[in-house]
Amino acid sequence: MNIPNNLKYSNDHEWVRIEGDQAVIGVTDFAQKELGDIVFIEVETVGEALGRQDTFGTIEAVKTVSDLFMPVAGDVIEFNEGLEDKPELINQDPYGEGWIIKVRINSPDELDDLLNAVQYQEIVNE
Amino acid sequence: MKHTAFTQFHEALGAKMVEFAGYSMPVQYEGVIAEHETVRKGVGVFDVSHMGEIWVKGPKALDFVQRITSNDASVLVDGKVQYSCFPNGKGGIVDDLLVYHINAESYLLVVNASNIDKDWQWIVSNGEKMGLKAGKELINASDETAQLAVQGPLALKAMQKLTGEPIEDMPFYTYKMLKFAGVENVLFSTTGYTGAGGCEIYVRNEDAATIWKAVFEAGEEFGIKSIGLGARDTLRLEMGYCLYGNDINDTTSPIEAGLGWITKFVDHKDFIDKEVFLKQKEEGVSRRLKGFEMIDRGIPRQHYEIVNESGERIGEVTSGTMSPSLKKAIGMGYLNKGYWPVDTEIFIKVRNKSLKAKVVKLPFYK
Repeated sequence: MNIPNNLKYSNDHEWVRIEGDQAVIGVTDFAQKELGDIVFIEVETVGEALGRQDTFGTIEAVKTVSDLFMPVAGDVIEFNEGLEDKPELINQDPYGEGWIIKVRINSPDELDDLLNAVQYQEIVNE
Repeated sequence: MKHTAFTQFHEALGAKMVEFAGYSMPVQYEGVIAEHETVRKGVGVFDVSHMGEIWVKGPKALDFVQRITSNDASVLVDGKVQYSCFPNGKGGIVDDLLVYHINAESYLLVVNASNIDKDWQWIVSNGEKMGLKAGKELINASDETAQLAVQGPLALKAMQKLTGEPIEDMPFYTYKMLKFAGVENVLFSTTGYTGAGGCEIYVRNEDAATIWKAVFEAGEEFGIKSIGLGARDTLRLEMGYCLYGNDINDTTSPIEAGLGWITKFVDHKDFIDKEVFLKQKEEGVSRRLKGFEMIDRGIPRQHYEIVNESGERIGEVTSGTMSPSLKKAIGMGYLNKGYWPVDTEIFIKVRNKSLKAKVVKLPFYK
């Protein structure tokens, strides 16, 4: 199970990479393995200001549909459009080409509530 | 939770196990899409031991099978298998099944795992009316029988290595009793639920391990792999095959479900709900199960609403998926009269949006 040390994590199995006042968000290696083959991803919240835990999109595997939740509050500024034609990038490279959205962070304080790699590993182990 | 005679093998292969119809079953091994392609292009093995096997024996066997199933079992001769359904007396379906004609006084009914108890009660209660008794003429062998479905264009070629009898030219929906992998009296039929060709193999639980090992050894040179229930569902849906509980149930009639071809109105056959179905056939039905493919981006799922251009409800999705072979989102659902012709535009309600789709001919995959 790949859980990079330089990322932050949510209880909902999303990862967050902080880049200045922005955050890049995707789903973890654990999540993509649990979901199985990703066949569809839909994000229609670009341009919206969303709160923490708000749904920003939907991810579909062959048999399942799951909501995607904001790990931090912020303005959704970009969706990885490469996923429209190649949702399998999330399976192949969850922390790289499989990133899902970029967010402008509204409340940097919230970042402290995210998990580090060691804490996230504990959640996965449960 | 029940286990099958093959559970140990699934676990050793690292399968993701889920509960299905009270059994611990493998849903996937390496991934649904890869497994799906293995079956379409090569050969894959499904553990389908959870399926139910019910025997009907004695001089009244044919009369009884004729009474409780919709297809005409009298056309079956030794070595033939038939797809059929049990009408429920209210114009719905108790289950769909395969009927094996073993001989004039012995039929094997293979039913869905999720319905074994319901089917057994239905069979016994109807059997009693004709003097057939549980444990005598009616035997539920589900727990003693293990079953593998070996499916794909290379399946029969691979399995030929395990028997001296010729099997590669067996017609679809026939069976032979074989000495197979050294095991006597193996029921081997050219049936399946994938549209990819291949066979289904029934053995006693105590022979299951021998068969599993032999099947994988014989298939090794053909790239044989084990396949989970996830791919079983995408494969059957690409063929437009009904899944009980999704596309057919206690409230759907075979005429509505497009199963008129297994509902035979012949003088020599009286069966439960014959009049109801005949009336539907002659006068028409108000809804029918149809296949559709998405035009807009989105995946249809069971229970999603189907509407017309004005937003009026015209039906409901019963099965849907992203088709691994076609790379398109496909589905089936019951549609009201007026929306049945191929290319009719319909709309699927996906998360409060109406996404455009069109009616297509089944099967999706040819």
